[in-house]
Amino acid sequence: MDSIKILKMRDVLMQSIRAFFHSEGFIEVETPIRMKTPCMELHIDAEPSGSRWLRTSPELYHKKLLAQGADKIFEIGKCFRHGERGDLHHPEYTLLEWYRAGGDYTAMLADVAKILRAVGISTAWKRWTVAETYEKFAGWNPVENVDADRFDLDMVEKIEPALPKDAPVILMDYPAECCALARLKPDNPTVAERWELYLNGIEIANAYSELTDPAEQRARFGKWGEQRKTLGKTVYPIDEEFIRCLEKMPPAGGCALGIDRLFMVLIGAESLDDILPFRD
Amino acid sequence: MYDVSELKKGLKIEIDGDPCIITDFQFSKPGKGQAIYRCKIKNLSTGTSFDRSYRSGDKVDKAQLESRTFTFSYESGDDFVFSDNETYEEVHLKAEQLGRNRYFIIEDMQVDILFHNGKPLDITLPNFVEKTITETEPGARGNTATNVMKPAKIDNGYEFNVPLFINVGDAIRIDTRTGEYYDRVSKG
Repeated sequence: MDSIKILKMRDVLMQSIRAFFHSEGFIEVETPIRMKTPCMELHIDAEPSGSRWLRTSPELYHKKLLAQGADKIFEIGKCFRHGERGDLHHPEYTLLEWYRAGGDYTAMLADVAKILRAVGISTAWKRWTVAETYEKFAGWNPVENVDADRFDLDMVEKIEPALPKDAPVILMDYPAECCALARLKPDNPTVAERWELYLNGIEIANAYSELTDPAEQRARFGKWGEQRKTLGKTVYPIDEEFIRCLEKMPPAGGCALGIDRLFMVLIGAESLDDILPFRD
Repeated sequence: MYDVSELKKGLKIEIDGDPCIITDFQFSKPGKGQAIYRCKIKNLSTGTSFDRSYRSGDKVDKAQLESRTFTFSYESGDDFVFSDNETYEEVHLKAEQLGRNRYFIIEDMQVDILFHNGKPLDITLPNFVEKTITETEPGARGNTATNVMKPAKIDNGYEFNVPLFINVGDAIRIDTRTGEYYDRVSKG
C-alpha cells in the first residue's frame, strides 16, 4: 500500500482515539522520555541515553501524576525497548497509556471496548482466564504450578497460535508471578488483576488494577533486581520518588495499548515493517 | 558461539555436531515475558527440517564451515572428481551427493565446495550453465512465446521444459539453482 495513504489512515485512527478520551473527560499529558531510572521489570531492557534511560513505558510518571491528584489521564508517545525486533516488535514504538483513578482492570476493559467499537472492531470477545486457557491449549495450569519459563514458551508456541482469529480475546487473571505492577486479586492472591487483549492472536493491550502498596512494590522491584543480576542484565536503581508516591496514589486501573500493532491489525498488515514509515 | 540475539535467517549453526541452517526466524516476546527466538532449522547433513525455540541467554554453536574453489577434472564411474585451485588436492563427490547438480557439471567448471569439519557438505555451481539440446519435438517456427513449454533433454539425459521455438542442436542456458530453462544462446 502507498505509504502516504497509510499515514492518512493512521491519522484517522489517532483522531478517533483522542476523541474517545476527550469525550470521557480524560486529559492528554506528556511525561519525560528520558528517565533517571527506568521501571524495573524482569524481561524489559531500557535503551541507555547518555546519563539517562529512554522510557520503556510512561507508567511511573503517570502514577506520580495520579498521586498529585490527576484522575483521568492518557498519553500517546514513543517508548523504547532494547533488543526487540521482529514482525511484531520494533525497538521504538508508539504506546497509548491511560489511567483511571478509582477504577480497576474491569473499568479498563470497559474503556478498551469503547475504543475498539470506535475504530470499528467488534467487541464480541472471548473472555478467558489464563488458567482455563492454558488448561485447554497447553494441558496444564500455570496458576497452580508456577513455571515462568514454561509459561512464556507455551504462550508463544501453544497459546497464541491457538487463539481465535475471528473474535477478540481477553486473557485475564495472570499468575501472580507474571506481573510487576499489578494488584493481586483480593479473594484469590494466586492471581493478579491483569488482562491482555488479543486481536488475530496478536497481543495488543495490557491492563492492571494497579498495585498501590509501597512495601509490596519495593519487594517486587528487589526480586526482579536479584533475578536480573543472575541473568547478567543491568539492575536499575529503584525510583524512590515513585515508591513514595504510591503512599498517596489512589486505587487505579491502567492500560497500555500498542498503537502500531492495533493499526497493523486494522489494515490487515502482517508486519510492523508494512506500516511504519521509517524502520530501524 | 552465537548469543541467541545474533540469530537470523540464513545463519549456519551447529546442533549435536551437525551443521544446520536457520531457514526461518521469528522474534517473539509474550507480554512481560522473556524473549523467545523461534527458528525453523534445516540439518545440512541429513536434509531434515525441524522447529526449535531458544530463550534469551541461550548460546548456539557456530558451524565450522569452510568454502573453497575447485575445478571439475573428470568423472570416474559414479565419482565426480574436483581439484582444489590452490593446493590441487582432489575431492571425490558421489553422483547421489550432487543430486540434480550432477547434470550441470561441465569440463573445467569452477565450483565452490562447502566443507564441514573437512567433510564435503554442499556444492555451489555457477548460476547458469550452457548445454545443447539433444532431444525435443520439432519447434513451432515463428512461435516466440516463452510461456508455452514442451519437454526436452540434454546429452546426459536430464529432462526439463523449454519454449516451443527451441530445437535439437540449440544451445541454451539452464539456471542451476532451479534446474529450469533460462534462455537461448544466440549463435554468431
